[in-house]
Amino acid sequence: MTGLLTILILLGITIAIWQMVKIFDLAQVNKDTSQVANDGDNKVQGYLMLAFLGFIYGITIVSFALWGDLPLTSNSASEHGPEIDRLMVISMTVIFIVQTITQFLLHYFAFKYKGEKGRKALFYADNDKLEFIWTVIPVIVLAGLIMYGLFTWTDIMNVDEDDDPLVIELYAQQFNWKARYAGEDNVLGKANVRLINLDNANILGLDEADPNAQDDIITTELHLPVGQPVLFKMRSQDVLHSAYMPHFRAQMNCVPGMITQFAFTPTVTTEEMRLNPDIYEKVKNINKIRVNKSKKLQAKGEEPLDSYEFDYLLLCNKICGKSHYNMQMKIIVESEEDYMAWLQEQKLFKNSLVQN
Amino acid sequence: MSAQVDTHAHEDDHGHHPKETFITKYIFCQDHKMIAKQYLITGLIMGVIGVLMSLLMRMQIAWPTEPNVIFEFLLGKWAPGGVMDADIYLALVTIHGTIMVFFVLTAGLSGTFSNLLIPLQIGARDMASGFLNMVSYWLFFLSSVIMVSSFFVEAGPAAAGWTIYPPLSALPMAQGGSGLGMTLWLVSMAIFIASSLLGSLNYIVTVLNLRTKGMSMTRLPLTIWTFFITAVIGVVSFPVLLSAALMLIMDRSLGTSFFLSDIFIQGEVLHYQGGSPVLFEHLFWFLGHPEVYIVILPAMGLVSEVLATNSRKPIFGYRAMIASILAIAFLSTIVWGHHMFISGMNPFLGSVFTFTTLLIAIPSAVKAFNWITTLWKGNLQLNAAMLFSIGFVSTFITGGLTGIILGDSALDINVHDTYFVVAHFHLVMGISALYGLFAGVYHWFPKMFGRMLNKNLGYIHFWVTAVCAYGVFFPMHFIGMAGLPRRYYTNSNFPLFDDTTNVQILITIFALVGGAFQLVFLWNFFYSIFYGKKAEQNPWKSNTLEWTTPVEHMHGNWPGQIPHVHRWSYDYSKPGHDEDFVPQNIPLKEGEEESHH
Repeated sequence: MTGLLTILILLGITIAIWQMVKIFDLAQVNKDTSQVANDGDNKVQGYLMLAFLGFIYGITIVSFALWGDLPLTSNSASEHGPEIDRLMVISMTVIFIVQTITQFLLHYFAFKYKGEKGRKALFYADNDKLEFIWTVIPVIVLAGLIMYGLFTWTDIMNVDEDDDPLVIELYAQQFNWKARYAGEDNVLGKANVRLINLDNANILGLDEADPNAQDDIITTELHLPVGQPVLFKMRSQDVLHSAYMPHFRAQMNCVPGMITQFAFTPTVTTEEMRLNPDIYEKVKNINKIRVNKSKKLQAKGEEPLDSYEFDYLLLCNKICGKSHYNMQMKIIVESEEDYMAWLQEQKLFKNSLVQN
Repeated sequence: MSAQVDTHAHEDDHGHHPKETFITKYIFCQDHKMIAKQYLITGLIMGVIGVLMSLLMRMQIAWPTEPNVIFEFLLGKWAPGGVMDADIYLALVTIHGTIMVFFVLTAGLSGTFSNLLIPLQIGARDMASGFLNMVSYWLFFLSSVIMVSSFFVEAGPAAAGWTIYPPLSALPMAQGGSGLGMTLWLVSMAIFIASSLLGSLNYIVTVLNLRTKGMSMTRLPLTIWTFFITAVIGVVSFPVLLSAALMLIMDRSLGTSFFLSDIFIQGEVLHYQGGSPVLFEHLFWFLGHPEVYIVILPAMGLVSEVLATNSRKPIFGYRAMIASILAIAFLSTIVWGHHMFISGMNPFLGSVFTFTTLLIAIPSAVKAFNWITTLWKGNLQLNAAMLFSIGFVSTFITGGLTGIILGDSALDINVHDTYFVVAHFHLVMGISALYGLFAGVYHWFPKMFGRMLNKNLGYIHFWVTAVCAYGVFFPMHFIGMAGLPRRYYTNSNFPLFDDTTNVQILITIFALVGGAFQLVFLWNFFYSIFYGKKAEQNPWKSNTLEWTTPVEHMHGNWPGQIPHVHRWSYDYSKPGHDEDFVPQNIPLKEGEEESHH
C-alpha cells in the first residue's frame, strides 16, 4: 500500500514538473530569453530569499515546539549526566544565537541588495579591523567552550580508583550483550576468547584456573545499585560494537583484542525514573502511538504491540552486521538491597560450567 | 622562467593537432574540457544512483518492513515480497556513503571543475599532462564500474559502512557483504585513489608551472586556490587510505594481523593476534577527515567566485580567504581523532583532538563572515548559481555550527553515531558540497556546452531543493539528540523510540519530494546541452580568463596568444571604470592602483 502510494506521489510529481516546464516554456515566448537574471527575476528571488529566512526560523520553531522534548537534555540518570547536559544547553544556546543572526544577515542582504539595472555595487574589498574582530570573537567563544568541554571530558574519563568502583564487564558479540560481575573479590577473572569452550559453557572465555574468575557472575541483564560508582570494562569477541547507554550519557566502543573502559555512577533507580513526570508523559505518549499502531496491525490480522514500560537500555551503536538494529540489553538500576538480592540468585562462574 | 618557455612552446604548437576521430574526441580524449565533461556526466550518473539508494533507505526507515513494490522492483532478491532485507539495508548505507563522498563529491565535483577551470582560469593551453589526465578519468570510470558492479555479487556488496571498520569488513563470516563485495569495494577504492592522485599531481603541477604572464599566486581566483590546496591535501592523505586498504586486503587474504586480534566468531577462534582495529580507524580517518575538506574546499572556491561575480563586488577579504584555506588545509590533517573519541583511544588524545577540532571553526567562521560581507551593498544578480551559492553559505553555517557540539569530546559521548551526526555532516558537507556542485554547473554550463540552462527551471530546482534539504536534515538533529542510533534497519525493536516515527515519516516525505525534483535539474541539463539557448562569450560579465575564450571549444583554448594578466580577478564595480567589471586581461589604466595590494 505504502509502496503504491509512493509510486503515485512520484508519478504525480513527475507530471507536475512536466506541466510546469511546458507552462514556463510557453510563458517565455515574446519575452526576454537570455536566461540571465533580469530585474524582475532579482526582485522575485529577493523576496523568496526573505521568505526562506522565514522558513528557516519557522522550521526551527516548529521543531522545538513539536520535538523539543525528545532530546535528552534533562533527566539524565548518572552523576556526570547533568554536566554534559549543561554543556549541551550552553553550546546549543551559542549555536542558536549565531545561527539566528548569520542566517538573518545572509538572507536579508540577499533581499536588500537584489540587483537593479544601472546601480553600482560598493567596491569594498577589505577591512582589516572588521576581519580582526570576527576572528577574535570566535576565538574567545570557542576558547570558553573548549575549556569547559575539556574539564568536563577529563572529569568523566578519569576513573577515580579511590572510589572503589564496582567492576563490571560488558561483553559484546553478534548480536547480544552479556554482563560479567566481578563477584565478592571485585576483581574480574582473566579472560581471552581463545579460552572459550562452548562444550562446558565457558562462553566468555574465562580462565578456569584463575581464582579471581571463580566467583564471577555472567548475566544477560545489567543490574546496577543506585549511587555506587561502576567501572565498566568492555570486551568484544568478534567485531566492533559500541556500548551506548543514552540515559546515563555513556558510550564506549568494544574492540576485539583490547579492553576499553567507561565509568559512571547511576543516580536514579528505574522505579524513580518511571515516576518522573517527563518520563511518565513520554511513556504515555509512546503508548498512545502504540495503541494506534496496534489497531492497524489488528485490522490486518496481526498481533498487537505490547504496551511499553520505561526501562534503561544498553544499545549497540557501532555497525556490527545484520542484526545490529536489535542488539540491546535491559539495564535495571535499583537499591543496594534489591541489587544484592538479585545478585545472590545468579550462578557463580564456577557453578555455571557444565561438567562432562 | 620555465613556465614561460613552456607557454611559448604551447603557443607555437597551436594549430598543428592531428585530425580527430570520434574516439580521440569523445572517449580517449586528452583535452581538459572534454575530460571535465566526462567527469561531470559520470559524477551525475553516480549521483543518481547514490541519491536513489538514500531514498530506498528513507522509505525503509519510515515504513519499516512494509512490503513496497519499489523495493521489489529495484532490489529483486534482496526484497523478497517487497520487504527489504536487513543485509541490503546496510549495503545501501555503505554504498550510498561511498558513492556520494568519493564518486560524486570528490571526483564529480573536484574532478569536473579542477579540470575545466584550472587551465582556463590560469591561462594555460591544457593541463601539464593531458595523457595522465585522461588516464586519471578512465581509472575513475573503471572504479565506478567496479563499485556499482558489486551490487550484482551473489552475497551482496560491501555492507560495513563507508568507513569499512575491521573486523566487520575483514571477516566474510561476520556478514555477507564482507566477502567478494568487500573485495570489489577495496579494489574499486584502490583504483579510485590512483585516479585521484594522478589528477591531483596534475593540478598541482599545472597551477605552479603553467600560469600565464602576470598571473601571480595572489592574482589567482579563489577557485584555483581551493583546487590547488585540495590537490595538496589529496596527495598527502589519499596514500594513507591506500595503505590501509592494502593492509586490510592482506589481513583478508594473506593471513596477516594488522587490524585483527583475538577473534571468536561462529564457533571458532581465528588465528589473528596482535593487531588493532583502532589502528585502522586512525589510518582511515587520517584520510577520512581531510576528505571532507577535499569535498568542501572546491565547493567553497566555486561559491566564492559565483558570489563575487553575481554580487558585482570583489570577494571580501581575499587574503583572509586564502589564509583560511591554508589554515583549514593544515588543521584538517590534525583533527582526525574527533571521529574516535570513544573508540577506546587514550582520553588525553581526545582532549588534544577536541582542541584542534574547535580551532578549525575559526577559519571556517572567517570564511562565512566574508561571504556574507561580500553580499553587503552589492548589486546581486540572483541567477540560479547565485541562489545555490547563498544556499551553500546557509547550509554550511547550519551544519557547521553543530560541529561545535560533535567536536567537543564530552558532548560527543552521547550523540556519537546518532542521527545528530547524520544531520550534521549531511548539511555541512553533503548538501553544501552539492550546492557548490550545482552552483558550478549553473555558472559554467555556458562555458562547458556553449549553451544556457533554463533559468526558471533552475529557480524551481533551487527552491524545492532548499526547502527539502532543511526539511530532511533539520528535524534529524532532534531524533539524534533523543538517542536514536544511525544505521538501524528498523527502530521498531525499541519502543523507546516510537515517538520519533512520525518525524521519520516527515523526513522521508521531504526526501522523496527533494529527490524527485532533481529530475528537473537532470532534464534541464540534458535538454539544454542540445537545445538550450546559445550562450554569449561572457554571459555573467565575469572577470576571469575562461570567459575570454571562444564559446566553441578548441584545443589550446585561445586562438592566438594567451592573454596576459594585469590585475586580480575581483575588480567588480571598481571606481573609475564605466562597466561594473574589469576582466583580468585589461591593463591597469594610467594612475590606476591595483586593488588589493
